[in-house]
Amino acid sequence: MNWVWFHRFGSPPYFYSVAGRIVPWLAWPAALLMVAGLYGGLVLAPPDYQQSDAARIMYVHVPAAYVGLMAYVVMAVAAAIGLVWRLKVSHAVAAACAPIGASFTAVCLVTGMLWGQPMWGTWWAWDPRLVSMLVLLFFFLGYLGLRGAIDDTARADRASAVLAVVGVVNVPIVHFSVIWWNSLHQGPSLLRKGGPAMPASMWVPLVLMIFGFTFYFYAVMLMRARAEVMRRERGGQWVREVLNATGDKP
Amino acid sequence: MSTPATAWSAAALVVQRDLRLAFRRPGEWLQPVAFFLIVTLLFPLALDPEPARLRTLAPAALWVAALLASVLAVEFLFREDGRDGTLEQYALSGQSFAWLLLAKTLTHWLLTGLPLVVAAPLAAMVLGAPAASIPGVLAALLLGSLSLSLLGAVGAGLTLGVRRGGALLSLIVLPLAIPTLVFGARATDLAIRAEPMDGSLYLLAALAVLALTLAPLAAAAAVRISLE
Repeated sequence: MNWVWFHRFGSPPYFYSVAGRIVPWLAWPAALLMVAGLYGGLVLAPPDYQQSDAARIMYVHVPAAYVGLMAYVVMAVAAAIGLVWRLKVSHAVAAACAPIGASFTAVCLVTGMLWGQPMWGTWWAWDPRLVSMLVLLFFFLGYLGLRGAIDDTARADRASAVLAVVGVVNVPIVHFSVIWWNSLHQGPSLLRKGGPAMPASMWVPLVLMIFGFTFYFYAVMLMRARAEVMRRERGGQWVREVLNATGDKP
Repeated sequence: MSTPATAWSAAALVVQRDLRLAFRRPGEWLQPVAFFLIVTLLFPLALDPEPARLRTLAPAALWVAALLASVLAVEFLFREDGRDGTLEQYALSGQSFAWLLLAKTLTHWLLTGLPLVVAAPLAAMVLGAPAASIPGVLAALLLGSLSLSLLGAVGAGLTLGVRRGGALLSLIVLPLAIPTLVFGARATDLAIRAEPMDGSLYLLAALAVLALTLAPLAAAAAVRISLE
């Protein structure tokens, strides 16, 4: 198999221009999916038979949790690729994932707490899945902290990549904790044996939102990665050419 | 030096050197133990010293104190040797770097983890744990402190040569140590309530084995980066 197409992504100018062309193809579907999902979830879907309208927070909570976890996996895979093949672009992608992932994890925790107060009667429960999500947030913060503490970009890349790969042990624990431990948090209700545990009018908007959040994540991640690549190559000839072409002062 | 050193003799040299250095400066490895005892003794003072309540809090107090003492100690695991170039020589020695760091980490555990285990009966008794529970408490701490030292080595490697590394080290190591803390405190709790604790001990042992096999590789990768 010919891997040239893949290796070309290792070149910062090529990555910069390709990513720039991909971003609109992700951002527009993200916007459309989220508008459709929110309309379906907040207006069309029936209220939950027990939780009435409070259940609608799941249209933000579940996608945020999913994207938080996915961001960690994407970050760890990008970091591992950067560590093994020493691709600078891949480290820039990992660096771009961390703040977005941390934000989504925080959104997941906050929406979960807002929902937990009326439903469980408490803002916070020492439930394994809540704790795992909080730990995921700490992993992101540790990653960002380590990256910020090392001045040399190449060293910061490699050290934080090792940390990301070490922390990836945590992601399966988060995912399976709901099955391993018997907990207050409900089990998976979308991807389970025998089909989703809710009517189509409820799960279709949820799926739309999950895809919308995912597209949004990749769009923002690529935008950040482009900026990061440009920052790292700021002395380079191609950056000057790009800036000249757009009319900005280099 | 004419014959090349085998892996075992190289590791033995590392262990000997670190032990000799440590015994010439006993303050460094006595500090974590003193810290551990003081923190556990602060709990009865901060709470009202009613024995029944102390007993329910004993596992938490023991394990949080052990965790903090271990993070405090591990900060100095690689610092001196990184500064004076010893680690660089290890990396250039032709021996497996991960193997030498494993020897170094196990020596560190002998000097900082094992004293915690030795001091634990005193701390546990002060917190009102019955004498019959002491073997269980010791077994849990023995396995748990080993995992903590090995995980700490990864964090110490990553923060080697980083400004204000101490706080960052805790931010990195404490989340990794959560499974050890959970199962360790659970095992200690079961031991104090005289219930079977095999399950938690097996899980602690599994975590220790996992750390023993993977942590030296991660620590070696981390230390190598800071040597570049």
